[in-house]
Amino acid sequence: MKLQKLCCVVLGVAAFGFGMAAENAMAQNEQFIPRLVYRTGPYAPNGIPFADGYADYLDMINARDGGVGGVKITYEECETNYNNDKGVECYERLKNHAPTGATVVDPLSTGITYALIERATADKIPIVSMGYGRADASYGAVFPYVFTYPTTYWDGADTIITYIAKQEGGVDKLKGKKIALVYHDSAYGKEPIPTLDKLSAADGFTFLKFPVSPPGIDQKATWLQIRQQRPDYVLMWGWGVMNSTAIKEAAAVGYPMNHFIGVWWSGAEPDVVPAGDSAKGYKAAQLSGVGRNYPVINDILKYVYGSGKTGHTTADKVGEVLYDRGVMNAMMDLEALRIAQTRYGKKPLTGEQMRWGLEHLDLTPQRIAAMGGTGLLQTMKITCADHEGGGSVRITQWDGKAFHPVSDWIKPHQDMIRDMYKESALAYAKEKNITPRDCSQISEAR
Amino acid sequence: MLYRETGQFKTSYIADQAIFPIRQDRYLAAALLVVAYVAVPILGTEYWLLTIMIPFLVFALAAIGLNILTGYAGQVSLGTGGFMAVGAFATYKITTSFPGLNIVVVFVLAGIITALVGVMFGWPSLRIKGFYLAVATLASQFFLIWMFNKFPWFNNYTASGVISAPPRAVFGHFFVTGAEANPVDKYLFVLTTVVAMAFIAKNLVRGRVGRSWMAIRDMDIAAEIIGIQPLQTKLLAFAISSFYCGISGAMWAFIYTGGVEALAFDIDRSFQILFMIIIGGLGSILGSFLGAAFIVLVPIFLEYTPMSLGLNIPVNYISNMQSMIFGALIVFFLIVEPRGLARLWQTGKEKLRMWPFPY
Repeated sequence: MKLQKLCCVVLGVAAFGFGMAAENAMAQNEQFIPRLVYRTGPYAPNGIPFADGYADYLDMINARDGGVGGVKITYEECETNYNNDKGVECYERLKNHAPTGATVVDPLSTGITYALIERATADKIPIVSMGYGRADASYGAVFPYVFTYPTTYWDGADTIITYIAKQEGGVDKLKGKKIALVYHDSAYGKEPIPTLDKLSAADGFTFLKFPVSPPGIDQKATWLQIRQQRPDYVLMWGWGVMNSTAIKEAAAVGYPMNHFIGVWWSGAEPDVVPAGDSAKGYKAAQLSGVGRNYPVINDILKYVYGSGKTGHTTADKVGEVLYDRGVMNAMMDLEALRIAQTRYGKKPLTGEQMRWGLEHLDLTPQRIAAMGGTGLLQTMKITCADHEGGGSVRITQWDGKAFHPVSDWIKPHQDMIRDMYKESALAYAKEKNITPRDCSQISEAR
Repeated sequence: MLYRETGQFKTSYIADQAIFPIRQDRYLAAALLVVAYVAVPILGTEYWLLTIMIPFLVFALAAIGLNILTGYAGQVSLGTGGFMAVGAFATYKITTSFPGLNIVVVFVLAGIITALVGVMFGWPSLRIKGFYLAVATLASQFFLIWMFNKFPWFNNYTASGVISAPPRAVFGHFFVTGAEANPVDKYLFVLTTVVAMAFIAKNLVRGRVGRSWMAIRDMDIAAEIIGIQPLQTKLLAFAISSFYCGISGAMWAFIYTGGVEALAFDIDRSFQILFMIIIGGLGSILGSFLGAAFIVLVPIFLEYTPMSLGLNIPVNYISNMQSMIFGALIVFFLIVEPRGLARLWQTGKEKLRMWPFPY
């Protein structure tokens, strides 16, 4: 090899080496949050608004309040492409970031959450799996470092069936009906199946399963089968382009949109807008409020988008369903940080200290009003054994322009579901030789 | 000047047939092993060990497996991901059914199960060749992933279909799977496995078995005429290749990620391993390592460079640029050296023999 080429190779390797070794030396009074996002790939249409919402809320808090307790929040985005391996690589790269390492990690992917649970527990970094898997991590005695607030897929499946029963005029009217589930054939999509199996046995409806291979662009065969079998209701557990494809296919086979109910990850603007007018009437279960009529959203518009400043997206996209959900995730994470600071002091905290804050999260109506999120967040209380908290779900409907609520907050059958969490979590603990914590011993005092 | 073998005389057939006949090569190989066993665990951060070295080694093993099948035996296979999945799920079922069994034994058993599956799917290779065989193995890829998704028995009836590795130790208390596992223990275990299996593979491909594979690859009718039995040879290639891919998949699931769903081994994984051996060099054990290093390291390097240079580029630009640059590099390497990086290394060695007299 010529000498110049050799030198270039050596320089490149040296740059690589130095790049890997150089850590961010600017760590003082800052709290670092790694942001595992996906802004490319088939799941980007849904990943981008969520990431924007989260980042904008952090920027707003820094601008308006100077951080949490005077500690500025810093963050670094890492592209995971909804890929488990890249998610793990991003986590490993950012977990030791100055000054106190990663505070909390929100992977926005059931698959990445599964891949990270063991590592994060060993590294003492909490994972907030807001409204996604794994659902049995709600039993905090086995999963001290995983938080699934405000609700999980098992609760979601239960509440959607409750809503359907109400639409039909009572639980007894469900007997003999056919309810189908179109799901992303991955850990995410399969999570509600045991709950729906149990409910179908209890309530007497026939439960039909239609798996869709990721990324879900090819659903013609699925929807032709649905047209043939004519289920009374179709539930959808999709993500990314699978959602918009499913809604377009449903419209193409003429399935009535008001009997098509998606989970909260299948109920946002990128999912319904591509189908145009034929998506009107599509319903989605939401775990938070929708719209832009909240004080916190107004604050974001003022401090991040006001007078010549630029946020991560454009001002008209502020207030979309997934943007709001990103804001909500950030709100709850920073609230937990604030609570952790009441015990550990107003300084950069470690992941272990943040975990304490997360486990003592208590969103009362007063606190939610102080945060500016009345109507956006639901009240909830996290305890040692219950990392889920609220559990309530609300059904909304798309009218062509926005999602509007068409039901009240529906509470799931929490006793039954909590028993299911405990059973599943204890089975996991047995397999992994984990001793569950004794929650009665842990003091709840703040 | 540096690389001449003048003065190195072999006095026995065994010495002449060594894997590294030239003394400088032996020293280099020994130095690499010392670096790998001593320097990397001491100097390497957790990030290096867990996210760079372990996937590199695991992929290198899978690439060796596919190289045996496609590079040496000439049977194009797109089913690598499926065989890795068989290894992972077989390990899971065996170790959860027999928790007391040593993890090394479990891996070997899983490898054997994968070898049997590989033989089953390799049977069509007796009748079909080239692209058609690629399609048949593609069918095996899709079938195996579908099977692991469909039958909950494989993941012990979990809700999500994710199998997660229970903690297992070698030599008593060195945990290599599960949460208590030390990154250094994991890395050394994977390194030892890969070095041992690469050594076995190198000897296989240099011996009678390897030559029979290469004969089948180069001209199978002529090979049959001179007495190499195509059935046994091709099926042996499938079996051994699947054994390697199965163990690679098991280590991927158990040691690297700790928990995996069938999707982790879909068609993209098969293509990734195929690209590794094409870039690294078909028909070369060193090529498997070089290809694996290229495919694992270059994306990380491309992602890290803008950040370390202080450029504040949004992540989606970086990700898209990474895909473009990666693709361009693959095309570049295939134009510059179609026989892969291993051939570049070989050419380099030949020039080094002449250096500093370039004729």
